[in-house]
Amino acid sequence: MSETISLILISIGILFDLLGCLGLLRFPDVYNRLQSATKCVTLGTWCILLGVFVRFGFTEIGLKALISIPLLFLASTVAAHSLARAAYHYGFPMWKKSVADDYKEQVQKEEKIAKSFEKPAGS
Amino acid sequence: MRYIALFIVLMLIWLLFTFSLDAGNLIVGAVCAAISAAIFGGYYPRGSRMFFHPHRYFWAVIYLFIFLWECIKANFDVAYRVLHPGLPIKPGIVKVKLNVKGEMARTMLANSITMTPGTITIDIIDDYIYIHWIYVSSHDAELYSKKICGRFEKYIRRIFE
Repeated sequence: MSETISLILISIGILFDLLGCLGLLRFPDVYNRLQSATKCVTLGTWCILLGVFVRFGFTEIGLKALISIPLLFLASTVAAHSLARAAYHYGFPMWKKSVADDYKEQVQKEEKIAKSFEKPAGS
Repeated sequence: MRYIALFIVLMLIWLLFTFSLDAGNLIVGAVCAAISAAIFGGYYPRGSRMFFHPHRYFWAVIYLFIFLWECIKANFDVAYRVLHPGLPIKPGIVKVKLNVKGEMARTMLANSITMTPGTITIDIIDDYIYIHWIYVSSHDAELYSKKICGRFEKYIRRIFE
């Protein structure tokens, strides 16, 4: 019984991972690709880890799989945030059909402040 | 105090991960945990007294189920957008006002937003959170902030404040 459940969970996980990778290929810019990379791949990997836990129960392997779930949650969300932020500050353009960009003025304001600090040191 | 708390947490995670009580294993874990605690202890969240309030755990469990449901919905949402031949996306970055205080609460809210349908947190500056949204459905600030943050803020406030 537990083997059937774990097989189903692992298959669902692999399916979501596959969809996430398809999203990486199909979406037009960095930010949209990050969407599919974080959501689908995280839930897919959670399903695989849960499947491993169901299969092995409270043994060494099962517990390791269970601890990896919260760690993966923290790691993937923080990584998505920092990648998106770094990509924006480096100047990767958003897709040309994007409809809103509230972050731009904030970044420009910050850059202005940073430049005003640089000037006295350079002169 | 904070350094010791972080050391204990790290040591527990190490023990669960390696799953053995050899002397060598314990020493390696203690050394690694001590080094990490010395470097990152300053970032350990303040107010760890709230770990001892039982009602917070009750809300945390309820929150976990709501979060999982949103997360599964998010995945079907992204899957639909990936598989649809017309690629139905309308991306944009929107600015939403935060109603929660405290570093822990904000971090958890930002992480939860990243895992929910079509949104990724890019940055938090002052009281505003900048979110990349895969399908900007309206330009009314109040409407979309309710849509993005509303379902979590209530629970986050009960857990962390």
